[in-house]
Amino acid sequence: MKKRYLIPALLILSVISLFVGVSSISPLDLLDFQSEETQIFLISRLPRLVAILLAGAGMSMAGLIMQQLSRNKFVSPTTAGTLDATRLGILVSMLLFANASMIEKMAVAFLFALAGTFLFMQILNRIKFKDAIFIPLVGLMFGNILSSITTFFAYRADVIQNMSAWLQGDFSMVMKGSYELLYISVPVFIIAYLYANRFTVAGMGEDFSKNLGLKYRSIVNIGLVLVALITATVVLTVGIIPFLGLIIPNIVSIFKGDHLQKTLPHTAMLGAIFLLLCDILGRVLIYPYEISISLMVGVIGSFIFLFLLFRRKAYA
Amino acid sequence: MIQVRELSKLYGKKQVVENVNVDIRRGQITSFIGPNGAGKSTLLSMVSRLLDADTGEVLIDSTNTKKMKSNELAKRVSILKQSNFMNVRLTIRELVSFGRFPYSKGRLNDEDEKMVDQAIEYMDLKEMEHSYLDELSGGQRQRAFIAMVIAQDTDYVLLDEPLNNLDMKHSVQIMKILRRLVDELGKTVIIVLHDINFASVYSDRIVALKNGRVVKDGPTEEIIQSSALKEIYDMDIPIQMMDNCRICVYFNS
Repeated sequence: MKKRYLIPALLILSVISLFVGVSSISPLDLLDFQSEETQIFLISRLPRLVAILLAGAGMSMAGLIMQQLSRNKFVSPTTAGTLDATRLGILVSMLLFANASMIEKMAVAFLFALAGTFLFMQILNRIKFKDAIFIPLVGLMFGNILSSITTFFAYRADVIQNMSAWLQGDFSMVMKGSYELLYISVPVFIIAYLYANRFTVAGMGEDFSKNLGLKYRSIVNIGLVLVALITATVVLTVGIIPFLGLIIPNIVSIFKGDHLQKTLPHTAMLGAIFLLLCDILGRVLIYPYEISISLMVGVIGSFIFLFLLFRRKAYA
Repeated sequence: MIQVRELSKLYGKKQVVENVNVDIRRGQITSFIGPNGAGKSTLLSMVSRLLDADTGEVLIDSTNTKKMKSNELAKRVSILKQSNFMNVRLTIRELVSFGRFPYSKGRLNDEDEKMVDQAIEYMDLKEMEHSYLDELSGGQRQRAFIAMVIAQDTDYVLLDEPLNNLDMKHSVQIMKILRRLVDELGKTVIIVLHDINFASVYSDRIVALKNGRVVKDGPTEEIIQSSALKEIYDMDIPIQMMDNCRICVYFNS
């Protein structure tokens, strides 16, 4: 789990990702700027790579921030209803503004993601029975309630087909012109890094934060805004990628601890690597067809999640 | 000096702390004692601004704490609450470094690093400074937190039942450390204690609370008296002198 292993792995996988696909492109083709290969490369392959990197890094960081602020290793956008709230937001934006632009959808989805996450944190504060595994179950239930509301209204409004596009994460649709919203997450990453120390302190509780002169509430709120921003952009551009925000921060925490200033870069990189790997596998396994990324991440991710659960039990 | 003036706190309709007036002198250990539910921890939390008082005020060296910025206050007063299990994986050194947060906001300069080094060595944690907190014993973890408070370098150090869950050896170790903080580093320590014998042996002054009110306030030898303890605890507690220490023999009274 050292940077000197993560960076080369990221670079190698990125290059592989650029040159794996139905139409074969070799690096030599790129020398001719007018060739069809170069066009595919620029319109499809490069945007896809950028989207994977940003989404992978973003969802992992969102998960890390949520785990730190909720002080629970099993909380993430998947297990706290954030993803479901975002989807509900997208539905609302589709129903309210018939031809909603990307930015309008983004704004509504962001507000819903924020409200959903905030609501979950409120529920968390009120729960008396704070078992580590009980909390994500509450989150999953909360998410399912939101999800069923979404399905109900989507069904009534006959937009189920439309909605399912956001049900499953999919990078094969990512093309020039459809993914640029993801760049919003770049400044969010920078802000998250600048706040890393404060998040770490907040993760040690309200009393601990106040002792060090920190305004606990505002730090938590800033964290939730960042999480909601990342989630909303990712869900809108590539769809739901489950488990990523859960697994990656946990793996990094085992090896590197919870000092966010030290672990945020690793978490972002490992998230991008994991997602790249899943995407490449998904593209290769049933070539020339593709397994969707949310299925790949879901299958591999749930095995790792189970492993983490059992590992935790062995320690307790 | 910390001056507590007419401090009160209500939980629902229950008056947990009622019109408390206490002066806490510099360069001493002051212990808060009293039966369960006397309001000791609540009082400590209000003095340390973790909890807002309903009425009354706290003056630190003649400045009202409400008028101080939270960051400035964090350089004057530190508080350690009963250290409940923490789920956060930090090394001792990382934790102690956070003691410098009010000064450096996380970007430690050379002087901060020096303070962290000194705090770790003062607590005798040098050889395990890179161990994670969740791998330590209760006593070691408590020492790590005290090291953080030393790095925070406040004049006033408040501790809420720091001996909870510690065995005898580690309890004595922690109390000796607190005594050294006062005698060697000139700190002022305020501590909530359950065991009156630790209060008796290690503190300079004792404040006794009961039902949210201060019932006794004075030098240790005045409070550790059978008559005073009867008033505080409703028990007949004989006092034995041993090696110049006043020991309360309450086990069969």
